[in-house]
Amino acid sequence: MNELIKSAAALLESNAVQVVIGYGKGSASRTRAIFVTNVTDCEKLIFDSRCVQNLAVYLTKQEIKKLGKPAIVAPIPVLRSILQLAVENQITENDLVILGITPESELINFETFASIETFLATHRIAIDEKYQEIISKIKNMPVAERFAYWVKELEPCFKCYACRAACPLCYCTRCTVEDNQPQWISVAAHPLGNLEWHIMRAMHLAGRCTDCEACYNACPMAIPINLLTKSMLQDVAENFGSYGPSLDKENTLSSFKPDDKESFIR
Amino acid sequence: MYAPKVKGKLTLFDEVNAFGEIAEDYIVTSNSAKEIVFPRAEKLFSYHKSKEKAEITDAANNTFPDVILWGTRPCDAAAFIPLTDIFNSDLKDIIFNKRKDKVLVLSFSCSRSDDYCFCTSVNSGPGNIAGSDVLFTKLTTGDFLAEVITEKGKSLVDENKDLFEVKSEESKESNLAVVASRFNQEEIQAKLKDLFENPVWDDKSRACLGCGSCSYVCPVCSCFDIQDEAHGNKGIRLRCWDSCGYGLFTLHTSGHNPRNTQGGRWRQRILHKFLYMPNKSKVAGCVGCGRCSRSCPADINILDTLTSL
Amino acid sequence: MSNQNIYIPYLMRIEKITREAPGVKTFRLKFENEEEAEAFSFKAGQFGEYSIMGVGESTFCIASSPTRKGYIECTFRQAGKVTSALSLAEEGDVVGFRGPYGNTFPIDEWKGKNLVFIAGGIALPPMRCVIWNCLDLRENFKDITIVYGAKSVNDLVYKDELAEWRSRPDVKLVTTVDPGGETPDWKGEIGFVPSVLEKTAPSAENTIAIVCGPPIMIKFTFPVLEKLGFTEENIFTTLENRMKCGFGKCGRCNVGEVFVCKDGPVFSYQQLKLLPAEY
Repeated sequence: MNELIKSAAALLESNAVQVVIGYGKGSASRTRAIFVTNVTDCEKLIFDSRCVQNLAVYLTKQEIKKLGKPAIVAPIPVLRSILQLAVENQITENDLVILGITPESELINFETFASIETFLATHRIAIDEKYQEIISKIKNMPVAERFAYWVKELEPCFKCYACRAACPLCYCTRCTVEDNQPQWISVAAHPLGNLEWHIMRAMHLAGRCTDCEACYNACPMAIPINLLTKSMLQDVAENFGSYGPSLDKENTLSSFKPDDKESFIR
Repeated sequence: MYAPKVKGKLTLFDEVNAFGEIAEDYIVTSNSAKEIVFPRAEKLFSYHKSKEKAEITDAANNTFPDVILWGTRPCDAAAFIPLTDIFNSDLKDIIFNKRKDKVLVLSFSCSRSDDYCFCTSVNSGPGNIAGSDVLFTKLTTGDFLAEVITEKGKSLVDENKDLFEVKSEESKESNLAVVASRFNQEEIQAKLKDLFENPVWDDKSRACLGCGSCSYVCPVCSCFDIQDEAHGNKGIRLRCWDSCGYGLFTLHTSGHNPRNTQGGRWRQRILHKFLYMPNKSKVAGCVGCGRCSRSCPADINILDTLTSL
Repeated sequence: MSNQNIYIPYLMRIEKITREAPGVKTFRLKFENEEEAEAFSFKAGQFGEYSIMGVGESTFCIASSPTRKGYIECTFRQAGKVTSALSLAEEGDVVGFRGPYGNTFPIDEWKGKNLVFIAGGIALPPMRCVIWNCLDLRENFKDITIVYGAKSVNDLVYKDELAEWRSRPDVKLVTTVDPGGETPDWKGEIGFVPSVLEKTAPSAENTIAIVCGPPIMIKFTFPVLEKLGFTEENIFTTLENRMKCGFGKCGRCNVGEVFVCKDGPVFSYQQLKLLPAEY
């Protein structure tokens, strides 16, 4: 993408940013995240359908923040994560330059988070029919069967936490699994430990997840945890009406008012 | 029996119940076979306590299953050597040894490899016999050359004499994959001791997300945690997998963390495998299977680092 | 021993609990099993993994001297999950102990020499073992000097033993507290351990220095010792690092080619200098 390379080079040249977070050539036929800090290396920036890793995960990493102000190559999944990070006050507009890429491979420099939200309003999260079918099928299982289904699906999990590491919204410097007073989540990767982890992660992401599938793509055992994220999205949409991050609406499930009608919260 | 089994788009080591379940077309499995001797969660003992008393039931007294490990590649089998060394140096981990004693390793040489493989750069190769009880190499005739390496392997052959025929001079080499050498291990080992402060560690690990994927799919990695799990007055103490790649691996309770950057942790991984282990224990820290690079969600490729040194 | 499960702890009964300082306790532990008590021995410098079943294990040195049979002691500060559970234990309770692990202070090589022990705060426990070991074999050594400091008077541990050491004519004890940590009746020094060490100026001639303290104290103590003329082979320290198994398998305490649990925790300054700065 020549335009992308030109924009990146210009930004580095003028020192408007000190690093460009983008995609570059990886192993075999893969792509990987690259961190370009000089104009010559901008040549290495590429963009095509293989670029599925969610780069927004690097915006909250201390090693990357040390490099300076970033520009970030942002296809739609990355844009959604950027908006959610903004809603959660993890980034401000001055912290980064956004090199948005539309599905038609157009480059848009989003200067405000509001402009991202406007753009995303015409590119809403949609759950593919084939996933909707699988999710319905699971939801229609009686509880015992559904439990057995998940115990079996999670059996290959060895709790490497690649799902957590790849997720842009898992930015807690100390994750709940790392609390040991008390040890909420068993450390070991046995059936109970696996269930505890995935249930907890699903609950912590409900209302925040934007269905980028970074977790599923990261899993070395190809466990279909994207079924959990998509199912959550559906549930949140059905019960709370929201379907994606929004700067003026409150964050579903993590907003609190003292006069909440639920009594257990008082 | 544990053998490679197709699961969706992956091939994984898993329990098989019928020959037809065994995958044939794989370079290496996504997970390693180390689980057979070093499970993800291993009970060490169970206890029953009251305020003034505690009773301990030793898990080493349990019976461990006889296992046939079928379809390991030479790299997988070679990894049992450093694993056995770690669990037996000075003090001996008898649970590990009991499991290992019950495993029969029946490996298959590689007739093909890919760009992730680098066994020939780490003193191994597509026909390496180290760590196997029997190594099979498929020949152009459709038969298999069976190299019987251990006593255990010999007893298998003796019990199935009708399946084996003593032949001389079968050409093994011509049926093996050609795996190009990617780096000189001795040179790297010599260079590494002077590279502690080098920026290569930060440079090559910038994209690292700090998960434990590489350690967990690696057939040699054996770092572990010890955890107690209690249910009222009863409970167990177990040993479970851990990774030096995690930020909190070396964190002291005081808050001091000797390795608090991802670059430092990447450096530890490479130095431990390619300098400390060969120097100190005289065993390989890496068998060149490439699983770490294959599984890495951020596509950190260990060869990028090793060839840039 | 070779057919024993190395992860199984000895069961120990807490015979005595002493409150040393805010948050700091000493346990005196006796083996539940007589045979195990008879067969057990250790050397100064070694440590163990102490546990509460169901909670976990924590690493402390064995703080009592091997010259005193029939019990072992450990001193710890309440800091995390396991030490908090241990802090709630009472005399008569049963705890677990795995050990002894690690290498030892080469006391035999110190015969006929002067000894200077330098410790700060909660780092006196690892030294207490070797101090008592040497005092119990007093005739083997020449002058013995102890320099010990803590943040405040209240934070000094082993207060009774400090009094005992002070009263002995064959020991020179210098105690200090950080500026601001003194009480009106404090008669000792006021200042950080490295500067008090410099003021005490023990002779380096035929002398071994043994240092233990928080990283910041060690950082400033080594230069003082070098200034006083101590050579690298004559300075010893005992290192702390995050540990789990205690016997060199779990990987956590690996620094360079050593495991602090197995190749340490006792290192000479000469050996320490060869390690990468990852501890």
